[in-house]
Amino acid sequence: MTGCDKQGADDGPAPFASRYEGLPAQTTLITGATLLTGTGERLENADLLLVDGKIAGVGPGLSADGADVVDASGKWVTPGVTDVHSHLGVYPSPGTQSHSDGNESTAPVTAGVWAEHSVWPNDPGFTTALAGGVTSLQILPGSANLFGGRGVTLKNVPGRNVMDMKFPGAPHGLKMACGENPKRNYGGRGQAPATRMGNGAGYSSAWIDAVDYRDQVRAAEKGQGTAPKRDLQLETLMGVLDGEILIHNHCYRADEMSIMLDIGKEFGYKVGTFHHAVEAYKIADLLAEADTCSAVWADWWGFKMEAYDGIRENAAILDQAGACTVIHSDSAIGIQRLNQETAKVMGAAARVGMEIPPERAIGWITSSAAKSLGIEEQTGSLEAGKMADVVIWDGNPFSVYTRAERVYIDGALAYERGNDDVNPKTDFSLGTTAAGGAQ
Amino acid sequence: MSRFITILSLLALSWQAGAATTAIVNGKIHTVGPQGTIENGTVLIVDGRIAAVGEDVDIPADAETIDANGKVVTPGLFSPFGQLGLVEVSSSANPTDYSQRGEQFTASFDVAAAYNPRSTLIPINRIEGITRALIAPSPGYPDESGKGHILAGLAAVVNLGDDNVLDQRAAAMVVVLGESGAALSGGTRTAAWLTLRNALDEALDYREHKGDFERGMRRAYTHSMTDLEALQGVINGNTPIIVSINRASDIEVLLQLVDDYSINAIINGGSEAWLLADKLAAARVPVIVGPTANLPGSFDRLNARRGSASILMDAGVTVAIADSDARTHNARNITQSAGNAVGDGLDWDAALRAITLTPAEIFGMAATTGSIETGKAADVVIWPGDPLELTNYPEAVFINGVAIPMVSRQTLLRDRYLQTEKPPAYRD
Repeated sequence: MTGCDKQGADDGPAPFASRYEGLPAQTTLITGATLLTGTGERLENADLLLVDGKIAGVGPGLSADGADVVDASGKWVTPGVTDVHSHLGVYPSPGTQSHSDGNESTAPVTAGVWAEHSVWPNDPGFTTALAGGVTSLQILPGSANLFGGRGVTLKNVPGRNVMDMKFPGAPHGLKMACGENPKRNYGGRGQAPATRMGNGAGYSSAWIDAVDYRDQVRAAEKGQGTAPKRDLQLETLMGVLDGEILIHNHCYRADEMSIMLDIGKEFGYKVGTFHHAVEAYKIADLLAEADTCSAVWADWWGFKMEAYDGIRENAAILDQAGACTVIHSDSAIGIQRLNQETAKVMGAAARVGMEIPPERAIGWITSSAAKSLGIEEQTGSLEAGKMADVVIWDGNPFSVYTRAERVYIDGALAYERGNDDVNPKTDFSLGTTAAGGAQ
Repeated sequence: MSRFITILSLLALSWQAGAATTAIVNGKIHTVGPQGTIENGTVLIVDGRIAAVGEDVDIPADAETIDANGKVVTPGLFSPFGQLGLVEVSSSANPTDYSQRGEQFTASFDVAAAYNPRSTLIPINRIEGITRALIAPSPGYPDESGKGHILAGLAAVVNLGDDNVLDQRAAAMVVVLGESGAALSGGTRTAAWLTLRNALDEALDYREHKGDFERGMRRAYTHSMTDLEALQGVINGNTPIIVSINRASDIEVLLQLVDDYSINAIINGGSEAWLLADKLAAARVPVIVGPTANLPGSFDRLNARRGSASILMDAGVTVAIADSDARTHNARNITQSAGNAVGDGLDWDAALRAITLTPAEIFGMAATTGSIETGKAADVVIWPGDPLELTNYPEAVFINGVAIPMVSRQTLLRDRYLQTEKPPAYRD
């Protein structure tokens, strides 16, 4: 083994940089399918060409010498599903105390921790998510804290360590949380915050420190004064202020989301995405105006007071208002069926005259999700030049009976239903299961 | 002269309980009964009951007739386990009436008196087809001294109508075993088994020596008299125990215990039940399955898998369906649970039965509900298409023959925020 220190860029990837290499890929031509591009288009009886891990062609009548031809007539093809809110690996299965690593519940502001340092790649939930069509996912800290720490975006390909799985070039996220969880968690111990107003002061105090840190860093770069000692927490917050790290803010109530948007205004940062956003439908116009995405459930409600006003039409009302709309799971089970969750919203919306066609709704779990994660240039739609992250479904993806047949990640076949030679099983499944792996 | 009413106008009408005669015509009727699926037929409802169902039904002159226009008609859905009507907001907001705590009342902790038919959860779920539900206690978390009890108490069957809502008290007794039972019993599942056997033994002893006990001439029991009375239903076979249990080895121990005491049991969850399908069939122990629970969430569930409903049914086990997130607030999602079971290979009709007639049978309600058959209560749902498809929601729901208003707190919120004039508080 080489020594621990690999400081210089000449010696290989920087610490914690993605070492993702992808599975072996070959030129693939998928033919005769109904394509939902993720850009609002639906193409019938069309082809998709994957070359060197990228999408090389989209449309009817494609051909390619030496390609592995996959006849997808009668099937539907979409971009890979992206889940922007997952705790796979940090709250893995089995849910033991000993690897419950999603919430650093020791202080309300832990912006300096990185979820990727908690990710256990052997969580069998990764493989079942893959079977549900998920090709990219953001692993977030939980919502116990005002600032929970950095999230990480992964390619859903197995690895021995999280660097093997990291989505190349994806920005970090910073998890924030509003509402009941932080104040219940700390107020219950007699600590601040104990109220929503305590939450508010908590965010603002941290941003004040971050602005001060940034100012010192900038000054030092210009030769004015010495640089402050590196601080993991303030460095992360500064990353948000500099627009490099995207905010992912767990927040349920309309009034609280409005306040969080104003805190962003005060300190000069953008709220990238509200998560859960159960009452987003009440402020859809404000969210559209702020260009803030909302990552929501189809229908979870009532488990907390702040979730009491949840309605199925939430995502639909957002979408109709022109706001960035994403369906997320926050569940190792839900992640396996984001297509189904989307379908429930489509049906509910149709009942009140909001017809949302498949080619539009698919965006909620592909292109809009990619936008939320800052990876929309690389993936999330079937467009030439993008990563070949693709799902072949055995029918309309919005039917409860439909299953993912094949999943490609960077043009490599990462999953094929029923094919044990292709489908990964994590170490944990060995010897623990009668059926040979989570199914 | 009969009046034809479209389904849409039905939504605006309010019906008098039990007084109306209603005929649903031109429906594709999945009776879930001996008549199977009637491609184009009529359901006649009189005084809250199914008076007739078939292709050729005489419709009385005073009937309100609903033309289903080829749409799908099914029995009402039966949520096989949950806390409908016992909770509004799960966490940090209100007392939780379904959590058994303390030692005085365990087996006898009865949720029936805490059921609130005006809970907002009731309309939210019944407009999506849930017409009956088993509502159950759950054990509270162990208290500060680490005490809890594996006997959580008595579940009840309710209907989601407005009147006469309590269908069956003491329909089952909730027992928590496995790792959860261990946590409630000081940390070991051995202690949980001993607790259960002890409770049954005391109930038997009490039955034989009740007079002596009342005269103070019998040994002290660990259970209160109220609990011992409640346990009589279990030991005489009238009240099944409904057991939260997952690990196959625990299920084997349960089957032995059930045989030893000649009691009836239902398994709730049963992640590893599929490994023992033949034994469960032989023991006639039904299982409530969550079709999408396929992850090893704990060491009791290492062999969780998709497709277990089919495996169990193929072996002859009675199976009802409801995922754990399709209970209580989202009991309505049992159609998605059933649809997923079909996608994993289960026969469609078997899946529909698993969310209608089978739960009714399991809880002794099959004479009343669960299928569209003459004489049963008129729990009927009209759907625009396949009830298991995610994009389909009911257009009309009858509970005991009464058409329920298709309105809930969520439809009111939706309608308020679909409007754009006036500030929200001033909208309709």
